[in-house]
Amino acid sequence: MTNLAIAANGLRKSYRDKDGDKVVLDGIDLAVPEGTIFSLLGPNGAGKTTTVQILSTLIRADGGQVQVAGYDLNRQADDVRGAIGVTGQYSAVDKLLTGEENLLLMADLKHLPKREGKQKAKELLEQFDLVDAAGKPAATYSGGMQRRLDLAMTLVGDPRLIFLDEPTTGLDPRSRRAMWGIVRDLVKNGVTIFLTTQYLEEADELADRIALLDHGRLIAEGTAEELKRLIPGGHVLLKFADPSRLDAARPILGVGTPDHDALTLQVPSDGSVRAIRELLTLLDERSIDVAEMSVHTPDLDDVFLTLTGQQTDQNKEALR
Amino acid sequence: MSALTLATRDSSTMVRRQLKRLLRYPSMTVQLIITPVIILLLFVYVFGGTLGTGLGGGRHTYINYVVPGILLMAAATAATGTAVMVATDMTEGIIARFRTMRISRASVLTGHVVASVIQQLLGMAVVIGIALAIGFRPNATPVEWLAAAGLLTLFVVAITWLAVALGLKSPTPEAASNAPMPLVFLPFLGSGFVPTDSMPTVLRWFAEYQPFTPIMQTVRGLLLGTPIGDNAAIATAWCTGIAAVSYLWAKKTYNKA
Repeated sequence: MTNLAIAANGLRKSYRDKDGDKVVLDGIDLAVPEGTIFSLLGPNGAGKTTTVQILSTLIRADGGQVQVAGYDLNRQADDVRGAIGVTGQYSAVDKLLTGEENLLLMADLKHLPKREGKQKAKELLEQFDLVDAAGKPAATYSGGMQRRLDLAMTLVGDPRLIFLDEPTTGLDPRSRRAMWGIVRDLVKNGVTIFLTTQYLEEADELADRIALLDHGRLIAEGTAEELKRLIPGGHVLLKFADPSRLDAARPILGVGTPDHDALTLQVPSDGSVRAIRELLTLLDERSIDVAEMSVHTPDLDDVFLTLTGQQTDQNKEALR
Repeated sequence: MSALTLATRDSSTMVRRQLKRLLRYPSMTVQLIITPVIILLLFVYVFGGTLGTGLGGGRHTYINYVVPGILLMAAATAATGTAVMVATDMTEGIIARFRTMRISRASVLTGHVVASVIQQLLGMAVVIGIALAIGFRPNATPVEWLAAAGLLTLFVVAITWLAVALGLKSPTPEAASNAPMPLVFLPFLGSGFVPTDSMPTVLRWFAEYQPFTPIMQTVRGLLLGTPIGDNAAIATAWCTGIAAVSYLWAKKTYNKA
């Protein structure tokens, strides 16, 4: 049996404001095995950051049983702090200090011996491509560099469990891919990653398991493949030049949903090259021209929009 | 390592961080030192002649009289800077990072306090140096100098913890720059610039009982040989009290946030 890096049951949190209690987390359960990447996915305001703040001891939950890195979150908060590393949504570097000084500060606070701290700082500067900027104040760094320094600081002291709260929000595509590479390398060394993101692509690329959070509840959980199976599958969309071709195509293929206004035929398909070639060959043999064709495979966007869409509609109802 | 050793180690790490930050951002320190120097020059050269005559002497009488008040004012001005530094620091993500690490909780605040105290004592040394250059003539023995330095250090520690607490309580750095403002005026509303017995009754009552007056009277007595009376005990009690209350207040505010 694998050990759980995070085990939460019935995690609850609400804030009091002038409109009364606002429920942010409405009883969520989490089970994250050691050495895996777990992604919490959700729109802005779903409660992702609150979840990370609770699990990283920044704020207290109102209810629920939580164990992080094998320690009870409430009774052994300091032991939890010793085992985790957190890279928050907002840059957590000291902007007046240089990159190297920031890393050495972390080494001192992790109580590493001087020489070991210097060695670790040097390694991380190299690993995160910050050697040239090591002597410059962090305030002069670009967004991507600050994010890399931020993560490098988190890694000082080799935490077993790392929280990454929207680590690539606001980064350009190249920096984002670089960050993904770093995250994958970390997991190879047995570290557990708890990642929040609003990018479905990111969760799909990185995560072993994904949970969808919406309005403080987990509305789905599983691997990317499992989640994709939750909604109707892929299809090929064929567009014809006139209605007679559309009508002729439908019986030949035997399946498909025609749309006479748009002159399209939606044919269920796994989207593989072989399936598409067979489909086109069938039509070609009867000399039926296809004007346009598009292949649609289900992705997490579909899952996300389908599952959260229902909630949004309910909310609109409630507002009326 | 014991909890105390760890707390000391974390605190000294934070002090180093804060001193580096002060060096990186020297304009604040420079401004905090220049302000009291300008007030000193203003009061000695512009008002000093007339005010000195009121004291039964001249400009040289007045410079001796005003230096203790300027020293406290320098500390109060620096407290404004400390409050802003703390409030700014709290808006940075790095504080959230510190909170998720296994380090002594109060070490962040201790770092601010110790660094600010060092900064302020340096500032006071500059003020005293300039005062000596323009005619300040204390007649203190080395022991009296040490005693004065000790009391001023105690005062600086107290006012710095107060500034840290005010900085933590402030929602924004702008608000933090206003909160300690009244402290800057306390030397005026005491025996800092003119003797309290020249003031109208209500103001005199306030001036004699507010904490800055016994501190200024004690420093004046130590450096210039004027009578101290029970001012030394009252001054020490005020400083210790303000430091203790502010420390607890700051710690509680930091832990709650």
